[in-house]
Amino acid sequence: MAKSNARPADRPTKPRAEAPGGRRRAGEGAPELNRLIHERMRLGIVSALAVNASLTFNELKELLKTSDGNLSVHTRKLEEAQYVACAKSFDGRIPRTEYRLTAAGRRALERYLDHMEALIRATREG
Amino acid sequence: MCIIPAMATVHPLRSARPEPPTLHARAMDNLRYIRETMERAAAFTAVPGWGMVAMGAIALGAAPLAARQAGPRGWLAIWVGAAAAALAAGGAALRRKARAARMPLLSGPGQKFALSLAPPLAAGALLTAAIARAGLGELLPGLWLLLYGAGVVTGGTFSIRVVPVMGLCFMLAGALALCAPASWGDLFMAVGFGGLHLVFGLIIARRYSG
Repeated sequence: MAKSNARPADRPTKPRAEAPGGRRRAGEGAPELNRLIHERMRLGIVSALAVNASLTFNELKELLKTSDGNLSVHTRKLEEAQYVACAKSFDGRIPRTEYRLTAAGRRALERYLDHMEALIRATREG
Repeated sequence: MCIIPAMATVHPLRSARPEPPTLHARAMDNLRYIRETMERAAAFTAVPGWGMVAMGAIALGAAPLAARQAGPRGWLAIWVGAAAAALAAGGAALRRKARAARMPLLSGPGQKFALSLAPPLAAGALLTAAIARAGLGELLPGLWLLLYGAGVVTGGTFSIRVVPVMGLCFMLAGALALCAPASWGDLFMAVGFGGLHLVFGLIIARRYSG
């Protein structure tokens, strides 16, 4: 399981040593697999948020067919990594929790997609 | 048995060890999962199920009124009015659903859906004028159902699977209406624009949050 250490959004000018997404080893050209979003539920959350400005907790729950507890655990991990941002409000008397993908989260997903495509290319060429 | 090489081996810069086939399959599976989740999530806010229910109710209300009309002008006026009301109801529901999801009204799949639906509807409007002028009004129910269905099928390719299925049902209803006696026109309009909108609207509203 990936460490859920909170860190600010990636800085594009500075190569990251231990970022949750796109981690690189010294001397290695390709990014390592991002374990944080590799997990199926978190990958689903990030993918769903990538095509929506924001989604509520209930929308994500229905979309990913999961339980409240499970979704809470995974969204918290993504929040801690600053891949998603959470906003709590009230819709009348009903509490409303809304999530959106941050720039760091979008970059992490793009890198993950690149990684998967590179993996497929490599196995086809090999 | 273990073979230990006597000399150090030369390692290539890139590992020559082939990836196991399962890794390739898993990568493909992950990409498929991402695509399917994005498709489902994108469609989540695009199609207004309750709006379609309202459109169906309007058509069901218009059908007996249209059937009572003595002349083709009155019949056409009823259905054109019903179409305008249904478009307004559908548009309002779309706007409401987009606002609830805090999405721009016409972004991504919603925009694609609207752009795909518009050309068959525009063609239908032009053909309606031409056919009415030629006095071939009995063709209109089949034509409308067929063209609307075609628009929904093409627009539905950017949406959840149930939408293109609904479009195909409209096209089937249109094809049957074109073959059926002219007196059945209002029945096909009620079953098609009324019944199909109601049934599929309820399915979408219940499964896709409104």
